[in-house]
Amino acid sequence: MAFFPRSTEKQLDGCAVVGIMDTSAKRFNGDDITKAIAVMRDRSNGLGGGFAAYGIYPQHADLYAFHMIYLNTDKRYDVEEYLKKKFYIASSEKIPTRKTKQIVDSPILWRYFLAVENKPAGITEEDYIVETVMEINDKLEGVFVASSGKNMGVFKGVGYPEDLSVFYKLEEYEAYIWTSHGRFPTNTGGWWGGAHPFNILDWSVVHNGEISSYGINQRYLEAYGYKCTLMTDTEVVAYTMDLLMRKHQMPLEAACAVIAAPLWEQIDRMDEKEKDLYTKLRQTYASLLLNGPFSFIITNKDQMIGITDRIRLRPVIGARKGNRTFISTEEAAVRELEPDLDEIWIPRGGEPIVAQLKSARRRAI
Amino acid sequence: MAIKVSNSNKTINSKGLHFSELNQKIRSAVKSGADKLKLVNVNGQRYIGTGIRKEMHFDVYGTAGADLGAFMDGPNITVHGNAQDAVGNTMNSGLITVDGHAGDVVGIAMRGGCVYIKGEVGYRAGIHMKEYEDQKPVLVIGGAAHDFLGEYMAGGVLIVLNYHPKPSPCLANYIGTGMHGGAIYLRGKVEQYQLGKEVSVVKITENDKKMLNKHLKAFAKTFKLDYNGIANASFTKLMPLSHRPYGQLYAY
Amino acid sequence: MISYIPEQFKVNFSDKCIKCLACVKQCSFGALSYDEEDNTIYSTDKNCVACHRCVTLCPTKAISITKNPLAYRHNNYWKPETVENIYKQAETGGILLTGSGNDQEWPSYFDRLLFDASQVTNPSIDPIREPMELRTYLGEKPSELKVTRKDGKLVISTKYKPQVKLETPIMFGAMSLGAVSLNLHRGLARASKEAGTLWNTGEGGLHEELYEFGDNTTVQVASGRYGVNHRYLNAGRVVEIKIGQGAKPGIGGHLPGEKINEDISRTRMIPKGTDALSPAPHHDIYSIEDLAQLVYALKEATHYKKLVSVKIAAVHNVAAIASGIARAGADIVTIDGFRGGTGATPTIIRNHIGIPIELAIAAVDDRLRREGIRNTVSLVASGGIRNSADVAKAIALGADAVYIGTAALLSVGCTLCQKCYTGKCAWGITTTNPELVKRLNPEIAYRRLYNLLRGWSIEIKEMIGAMGLNAIESLRGNRLKLRGVGLSDTELEILGVKPAGR
Repeated sequence: MAFFPRSTEKQLDGCAVVGIMDTSAKRFNGDDITKAIAVMRDRSNGLGGGFAAYGIYPQHADLYAFHMIYLNTDKRYDVEEYLKKKFYIASSEKIPTRKTKQIVDSPILWRYFLAVENKPAGITEEDYIVETVMEINDKLEGVFVASSGKNMGVFKGVGYPEDLSVFYKLEEYEAYIWTSHGRFPTNTGGWWGGAHPFNILDWSVVHNGEISSYGINQRYLEAYGYKCTLMTDTEVVAYTMDLLMRKHQMPLEAACAVIAAPLWEQIDRMDEKEKDLYTKLRQTYASLLLNGPFSFIITNKDQMIGITDRIRLRPVIGARKGNRTFISTEEAAVRELEPDLDEIWIPRGGEPIVAQLKSARRRAI
Repeated sequence: MAIKVSNSNKTINSKGLHFSELNQKIRSAVKSGADKLKLVNVNGQRYIGTGIRKEMHFDVYGTAGADLGAFMDGPNITVHGNAQDAVGNTMNSGLITVDGHAGDVVGIAMRGGCVYIKGEVGYRAGIHMKEYEDQKPVLVIGGAAHDFLGEYMAGGVLIVLNYHPKPSPCLANYIGTGMHGGAIYLRGKVEQYQLGKEVSVVKITENDKKMLNKHLKAFAKTFKLDYNGIANASFTKLMPLSHRPYGQLYAY
Repeated sequence: MISYIPEQFKVNFSDKCIKCLACVKQCSFGALSYDEEDNTIYSTDKNCVACHRCVTLCPTKAISITKNPLAYRHNNYWKPETVENIYKQAETGGILLTGSGNDQEWPSYFDRLLFDASQVTNPSIDPIREPMELRTYLGEKPSELKVTRKDGKLVISTKYKPQVKLETPIMFGAMSLGAVSLNLHRGLARASKEAGTLWNTGEGGLHEELYEFGDNTTVQVASGRYGVNHRYLNAGRVVEIKIGQGAKPGIGGHLPGEKINEDISRTRMIPKGTDALSPAPHHDIYSIEDLAQLVYALKEATHYKKLVSVKIAAVHNVAAIASGIARAGADIVTIDGFRGGTGATPTIIRNHIGIPIELAIAAVDDRLRREGIRNTVSLVASGGIRNSADVAKAIALGADAVYIGTAALLSVGCTLCQKCYTGKCAWGITTTNPELVKRLNPEIAYRRLYNLLRGWSIEIKEMIGAMGLNAIESLRGNRLKLRGVGLSDTELEILGVKPAGR
């Protein structure tokens, strides 16, 4: 079946992630991010890659942009009927692609710009979107929502990321945040739904590593209505951030202290107030500790956050040049774009690298 | 840096080369007699210096990729820039100097030779360094190191200066966890909680001072740093409590 | 008529015997006697329970105990034990008694579950050198924490219920004073303090001298309410309501008057020499809302500073019952599986009632999650935990922590002779006879109990490190780390575990 992983063999792990954000919201096209991820080609194996881009649909900025992957072509009309019932579809079109030798067997890729008009009472617009995405991913075989945020989109698939960039014509899009992922799939083979970034609403995640705690993270999130259907560990990160920061309204610093919690012996050395805070965060959200080797780049419309596991089993570096912040698995990816940086550093395990949109400074971090 | 022009000198432009292409070029150059190679526009290529068994010199311009000098046996590599992860992986002999910072697991499992990093390093620097007969590796870090410094260390000398780009206190935790050989010298002080349970602070001897001075002088000279600025501070020496720290771990 | 019930064991002496008579003195079951005239030690084999006290203490290692090979005609269905039990009951008209846990050949699900380990795609973590966290907090957690930033600092406004910190997720299960000796309680209390965990008084009260270990104590309230008063309830960190016990679900307790000596009398607050009867149910709990009434009575009595645990036996409908307990306000639900031990129980009950703890924990954890109330209680598994792998498996299935009882007794000398109900324990564990109690040195008991916790804790760290985890909470309920071998689809579904190979 087309929508199942091509290979179920386990393979070596060694993904690459990179993100670029212009904190003054100045938009730039997909060339830079493509160049950066291509430097780390040896960390992927051509079985998955992708990009998230923020600010690409200014003409539809207030509409939810659904990027859909139809592995099962018959389902498109069903899905459209379903969407019509739930939303006003302001516009819909095939996602433009170009024919290339490298990207083969591409599924049908479509995008919809949706307005929420008559949602049921007692549920927020965002929850309504989350519910819809969960339902499509869970119930409709071979159909996946690649992204569902406003003024943003995820472009992903099976192939090397730089080849996918050509396929998706990313040079034609302009965004103020770009993230990218080159995949060396391990636990699931290469398939279009399983490539990174993972997205829900305007949260996107690219991930290097493996989340060994996935089993319990997933069970915990299920209790809050998140269904993990994409056969990979990374989607739990997007849902975790959505739960903590949107639904539970938690500042970023607190959310980071959940997913990469300080060690108990560090907490024990804190002063009483801090000890109380971090103890309660860990006690309450013990099941959301992300355990195992990871480095993520997590983005929303205002922020780009890089973070590693608390004992830093995967590498990451942060760098700045002017208004641009870079987060990358390897320094080389950043040097490719900016040989002369203002600042470059190696963060500690669990210590986030944060880039914040200047116009959004007031949003609590 | 002025490069003398001679038959044995060669420059390789690494721009856009895959590591396998670059290393192939290096091997060809070495085979044709080059003993001084200048690699320019290096950006992330792995394994530079690997598989070269010869006393020769590399000047690397750019950002050296992972596994710089892995299994290296003889060469002398100067990186004019930063290095990524696993510098000097299981290196046997030679010298690597990095005029910048380096990523995680610097000096992993090195058995001989010398690695100087001017700036900071990431996690687990000096992990499982070991010595054997007359081979005794030396790793000197000019900046600060992150957690698990000297983890499992079984031999050699690990010196952390916490000095460049700016003097800082020692911030690492779990220093020397699992250490069972060799010695760690830290410029400045550490708190007990920062140490792994297998190490303890011991008094610095006159011999230690001589050895330290030798490396500090060479280090300062290599990177044009102020020797007095570095040396003018107290050092903390860490030694393993036992060569067999886990005698009490097993039932029978 | 005479029915012949053969001796189960034979005591054999070799010529290494020096007639020091240590064995005779040590045998508390009256199996050995010395005839001065013959200068011979005689064995009354029918009294031997194979407790190995004599074997262990014989200075010349002259004694061995063997199974008595009585030649019944082979019968796979009517086994010797079945036949002999019928003879015994025909003679007495009574019920058969036993101690310890179910010893029958029921399948063990622990033994059909295997763990995962990291290979390449994620690194296994070296637990000896890198941080490996077993710390566990028992108690209700909120479903959401309100965190805001005030003057640059993070502040929590959510009210938080009391929590109990365990440095290792292994606690000592309830064993009451009277059923076990004071020296055992002394050992349990000190070992718990040293290891940062809890021991449990059982239903027989807390001895005066052990009040100082209150921070590491769970005090139990059972249907007999022995020793329960204001001071007792406030002495520990947790108050446990005992509804049932895995070895004898639905059965009360009976501590015979002859075991009620001075110490027991004072601690249980009943006169010396009277029987201590624990009714089968709590007669103030005939329904779930009555349980809520008792939970809140205890919370009021302890000013909401103590956690309230409710312990039930694992029975068929355990998931629904646990859900009811969670909704009745308990902070901890303790489930005791059918392998759980006891000081005394009718054999027929022990061997045939209840369900395996593995299935019970899986079902309860699932149910609580489905109902969205898993965070409101901690889940403690007990009954038949034999080693650190069982502990880890119980946690992976969904438990927060476990109780061990039989394993703790084994660590201080128990040989599972199953004669706890006789009060003659030759090892000084399940007895109140002062001569026998002396045999259990509390200092040594404490060290051995502590060693057991230490050894198991390190092993758990090794296992979770191998799985690529460095905190116990990432294993808790993480059933993806388990695979089943030789289990039916239905069993796999209940356990929430994939078959090995998938």
